Amino acid sequence: MAHHQHDARTQALSRRTLLRTMGIAGLTLASSTAWADGSIRLPIAGEPRERPLTHEFPQKGDMILQRTRPPLLETPMEVFDRGVFTPNDRFYVRWHWAVIPTSVDAGSFRLTVRGHVNQMLSLSTDDLLKMPRVELAAVNQCSGNSRGFFSPRVPGAQWAHGAMGNARWTGVRLKDVLDRAGVKSGGIQVRFKGLDEPVVPEAPDFKKSLDIDHARDGEVMIAFAMNGEQLPLLNGFPLRLIVPGWYSTYWVKMLSDIEVLDRPDDNYWMATAYTIPDTLHANITPGQTGVKMVPISRMTPRSFVTNIADGASLPSGANADIRGIAFGGDTGVAKVEYSVDDGRTWQLATLGEDHGKYSFRRWQTNLPPLAKGGHSFMARCTNLAGDVQPAEPNWNNSGFMRNVIEPLHITTT
Amino acid sequence: MRHATIMMGVLSAALLTSTPAWVQQAPAITSTTVELPSGDQLFPGGSDADAINNNCLACHSADMVLNQPALPKAAWESEVGKMIKTYRAPIDESDVPAIVDYLVKTKGKT
Ligand code: HEC
Repeated sequence: MAHHQHDARTQALSRRTLLRTMGIAGLTLASSTAWADGSIRLPIAGEPRERPLTHEFPQKGDMILQRTRPPLLETPMEVFDRGVFTPNDRFYVRWHWAVIPTSVDAGSFRLTVRGHVNQMLSLSTDDLLKMPRVELAAVNQCSGNSRGFFSPRVPGAQWAHGAMGNARWTGVRLKDVLDRAGVKSGGIQVRFKGLDEPVVPEAPDFKKSLDIDHARDGEVMIAFAMNGEQLPLLNGFPLRLIVPGWYSTYWVKMLSDIEVLDRPDDNYWMATAYTIPDTLHANITPGQTGVKMVPISRMTPRSFVTNIADGASLPSGANADIRGIAFGGDTGVAKVEYSVDDGRTWQLATLGEDHGKYSFRRWQTNLPPLAKGGHSFMARCTNLAGDVQPAEPNWNNSGFMRNVIEPLHITTT
Repeated sequence: MRHATIMMGVLSAALLTSTPAWVQQAPAITSTTVELPSGDQLFPGGSDADAINNNCLACHSADMVLNQPALPKAAWESEVGKMIKTYRAPIDESDVPAIVDYLVKTKGKT
C-alpha cells in the first residue's frame, strides 16, 4: 500500500481512538460549517432539505455538500443550464471509502492488467498516451441520482437531480489494453479497482466487474482526460473507466487494477450492493420481498428543465422560453416532448446539437401564453429504442434508477 | 427523413472512431496533490451523542447520517447492523442500544 494511503487510514482510525479518549475536546460541532458559501434548499421529498454550498474541495467550485468525508458533492441544477458539457470544477463527486490518496504521482503511477491473461501488464500514463486515442461524449450518472425524491424515503445519499454530469472523455479503448495483455480463453469477466481503500482493512474493497464481451465492445474506455483536461483528483485522476450508457457505479475512479476473471465476480459491490429488482423500471411495492435481484446496468431516458425552478412564476400574456437537457440512457435521444395539461397532449420540443448517443442533448421551447393560475409543465424524453419516461415514479429499497417525468409547478400571474 | 437518419448514423460513428494521434494534442498529465476537508464535526446532543460519536465517525462524517430522512426504528437497527456486519465497523455491542436510541430520538419515524 502506498505511503499516503497508510497515513489516511491511520488517521481515520486514530480519529476514532482520539474520540474515545478525548471526548469532544478539540473537535467542532456538526452545525458549525465555517467554510460554507451559504446554503441551498433541495426540492426533495422531505426534511432535512437544507445543504451547505461549499467551494472547500480541491479543483471544485461551488458544490452542494451532501457528505464531507468521503466527499459526496452534488452539482447545482443551474450548472446544467449553461451548456451541454458539465465543467470539471462543477462535476459531481461520489466516493464510498474515505481512504482516498490525496497525492498521485503521474510518473510512478501504474495500471496493472493481470489475472486470466497471457501477459501481465504494468502501464504508465505515458504508455497509454502512446496508444490509439478515442474520444466520446457521455453522461455519468449515479445509480441513486434523485434518491431524495423517493417516497417512502430510503437511506443513502439524499441526492436531488445533480448526481450526474456530461463530459467529453478522452482515452484508450479498454479492448486495446486487454488485447495487449491477451485474454486467455475462459476469461468471462473483467474486474476493476481504484486506488481508494476501505478504512477498515477487512471491509469490502470497492471493485466492479463487466462481462468480457462488454469490456471488449470497443466503447468502454480508460479515460485520462475529461473535457480536454486531466481529471480532477476527486473525479478519478489519473485514470477513470468510462462505461457509456451504464450507471456510474461501473466508472471506477483512480483505476489502477484490471483483473480478468475466469469465474463470475461475487464480491459484495457486485453481488449485494448495486443490485436492483429484476422488474420493469426496477420497480417494486414498498415491503415487497422475494424479488429476484440483478446487478444494476443500463441507464434509462431522463429529461430536466434547467432554466426555471419548481414553483416559479411566469408573467401571463407572454411567451416563455423553457429549456433543459435530456439523455436517452444507453442510446440516443429520439425526441423530447412537453405538456402543460397534465400529460393529456404533448408537443415536440426543439432539440439542440447532437454530440453522440451517450451525451446530454439540449432541448427548448417557446411556450405560448398560459391562462392565469397554476400549471404543471412536464417534459419527457423518448430514446432511440422507443423507451419513454414513465408517468409514475418507480420505487425500490435502494433508491435506484429514478426516471419518472418530473413535473414543474408554475404560476402565471 | 431516411437521409437525415443516415447522416446521424455517420455522425455518431465519427464520434466513436479514433482520431489519428497527429490531430489531437497529447493532454498533459501532471502529478496532483490536494487537501481534503477533514469532516471531523461531531454529532450534536452532548452526552446523548457519546455513543454515536465514539462509533460512527471512523468511515464517514456525521453529515452522512444527519442528512438522512426520518426512518422507523427497525430501519435504524438494520442500518447499524449493516455497518457492523457488512462494513466491519468496530463497534462495541454494548453501545448499539444507545446509538439506535440517538437515531430514533433525532431521526425517528413511527
Ligand atoms: C467501518 C466503516 C463504517 C463505520 C464505522 C460506520 N459506517 Fe456507516 N457506512 C459505511 C459505508 C462504507 C457506507 C456506504 C457509503 C457510501 O455508499 O458512500 C455507509 C453508509 C451509511 C449510511 C447511509 C445509508 C447506507 O446504508 O448506505 C448511514 C445512515 C450510516 N452509514 C450510518 C452509520 C452509523 C449510524 C454508524 C455507527 C453505528 C456508522 N454508519 C458507522 C461504513 C461505516
